[in-house]
Amino acid sequence: MAFTAFASQATVEQAPRKRSWIALVLLLPGIAYLVLFFLAPLISLIITSFQQPVLDGDIGEYTAGFQWQNYTDALGEYWPLVLRSFGFALIATVLALAVSYPIAYFIGVKARRFPLLQSLMLTLVIAPFFISFLLRTLAWKQIMSDEGPIVQFLKTIAILPSDGHLTGTAFSVIFGLTYNFIPFMTLPLYATLERLDTRYLEAGADLYASPFTVFRKVTVPLSMPGIISGTLLTFIPAAGDYINASRDFLGSSSTAMVGNAIEANFLVLQNYPIAAALSIVLMAVILIIVGLYVRRAGTEDLV
Amino acid sequence: MALKPPTDPMILQAIRHSQALQRARALSLSRRGFLGAAGFGATALALAACSTGDKKELTPAKDVSATEKTLVWDNWPAYMDEDDDGNYPTLIGFQDESGIEVTYNVAVDDNNTYYAKVKDQLALGQDIGADTVCLTDWMVARLVRNGYVQSLDHANIPNIANLSDSFANPDFDKGRQLSLPWQGGFAGICWNKEKVPNGLASVDDLWDTALKGRVGVLSEMRDTMGLIMLSQGTDITGEWGDDEYANAMDAFTEQVENGQIRNIKGNGYLNDLQSEDTYAAICWSGDITSLNATAGDKWEFAIPDAGGTLWNDTFVVPMGSAHKANAEAVMNYYYEPEVAAELAAWVNYVTPVNGAKEAMDAIDPELASNQLIFPDESTLETVHVFRTLTPQEENDYQAQFQKVLLGS
Repeated sequence: MAFTAFASQATVEQAPRKRSWIALVLLLPGIAYLVLFFLAPLISLIITSFQQPVLDGDIGEYTAGFQWQNYTDALGEYWPLVLRSFGFALIATVLALAVSYPIAYFIGVKARRFPLLQSLMLTLVIAPFFISFLLRTLAWKQIMSDEGPIVQFLKTIAILPSDGHLTGTAFSVIFGLTYNFIPFMTLPLYATLERLDTRYLEAGADLYASPFTVFRKVTVPLSMPGIISGTLLTFIPAAGDYINASRDFLGSSSTAMVGNAIEANFLVLQNYPIAAALSIVLMAVILIIVGLYVRRAGTEDLV
Repeated sequence: MALKPPTDPMILQAIRHSQALQRARALSLSRRGFLGAAGFGATALALAACSTGDKKELTPAKDVSATEKTLVWDNWPAYMDEDDDGNYPTLIGFQDESGIEVTYNVAVDDNNTYYAKVKDQLALGQDIGADTVCLTDWMVARLVRNGYVQSLDHANIPNIANLSDSFANPDFDKGRQLSLPWQGGFAGICWNKEKVPNGLASVDDLWDTALKGRVGVLSEMRDTMGLIMLSQGTDITGEWGDDEYANAMDAFTEQVENGQIRNIKGNGYLNDLQSEDTYAAICWSGDITSLNATAGDKWEFAIPDAGGTLWNDTFVVPMGSAHKANAEAVMNYYYEPEVAAELAAWVNYVTPVNGAKEAMDAIDPELASNQLIFPDESTLETVHVFRTLTPQEENDYQAQFQKVLLGS
């Protein structure tokens, strides 16, 4: 299962064989919570995704049915958006990893001797959380606006054509996704790199491995749990994100992601079956991708 | 051969053992059964939550206004006069005068989103958390059609006599038995005077190549499509159908796909005008007056020469409201010309109250001559109400519109 990725590397102790009713009782609130707030909505969502419109009904009127065509309709209409979502999420995840790894490495390994610097830098990574996600995204929209400094500079050095712009393009949406999920990537990476035993690196160098080989053969495998949890924490929410790609934030009608299609169908068109079918497709695809990924990059053969 | 009960103790023990096994299996089966039942329970719960139920005539909630002097009112942002401390002077005036305590919520940001939030309660005739709400006329038409709103007692609203004739008989509620306008406005075109010094006269001017990628339009389907249809010579008030809509849709799709239209937004279009991502836009009349007041006198609004749209945000009292008389009291208060003038001086939208213009003369003569707040006959002739759509048309047209918005 995907969640083993988050488990620690410590050897699993044999669970006590004795049946414990106390444990079951303690589990009860958790199970009740899951049934009420996960299982029931999920079943409701599945039922909704098969609903059919009421004949001559008003807007948003649907009745129970088994209209599996909702799925083919939803995919037929929105498959480019589904593809785009996963493409954007993938690029954003890779970019976030590329940006976060050096940061996490610096904080977790290089800055070990300076605890004050270490905690200061960690605070800086977490600091954006003190401001609302929406406000930060809107701020970027302002910064990247046509008359803003970035666009003007890019036009001056002729990287951007004179009628070019950044907001409402794939660039700004991927940028927003990357920016917003960097802390989710950095923190798990930091947590594993912080435990990295630097004596392994010394040993690698003593055995005449180049710094790059040591990084590739020692550091990366040892930080794999952090990489996996970081990429999952970034990729999953990024694929379903609808704020960055929303027309009111960094997107436009050419950058809509599947989340925007779900939102439009649910809130504007009141086409609940299509919205539900799209949500289930999104969930299923994420589950498959993550399952394959964890199987391939699973931690068990890395230790 | 007849069967005899076995007597061998070893066989007996084996039987007992297998019986115990069976019991254990039965137990585990029943546990599975229990899980099944739990699943069924959840399913039933889900079904109950999402079933539409049989349509039945809704009845108004019992009015307890006489004993409970409270009122919850949901409205759009920037739709109530506000002083520097964030208080609402006219609303405080009403509370002092009537003794009714009003909870004023800025809870409506979009007709569809608001409707999506309260539709289940509306359909069951339950309290939606607001005793009265102001929604746009086409949405009010939907609520009226479904029987979701209470009829108003005109005896409690003597000031209804001040209702302007142009708002008195909409096609969904002749004689205003169920609804009453709050504020209205026009959708037209606006431009940045510095960037577009020559100004714009028509919707077609928005498609000028000089403005490529610098045009914003509204995500409110009736306004954007209404203006385009008017520019194509369609009378949006009258008899038109799929063909006229399809023509306008073609023009709209073309401008989105070739990048002429930069973005399609709700209230957020004002940010784009301000940050100069857009130089020109399809926009709402009152917003431009407010924007000029807060961000420098840079923009100008005009009704396109082929005509603009006219809409109204309108009071309704949902069936589940138990404070209808209190709601009627607040409507009556805002139909006092002096109060309406004070409000209009702040919100800059069209007031439906006769006599407010004369009252405004005393406050600010310049505003009294503003055609966007007190339109005269000749201005009103240039704006049109988008006709009420049937549910099928609404579904179809909105789906086509959203398809372009999502680029799918």
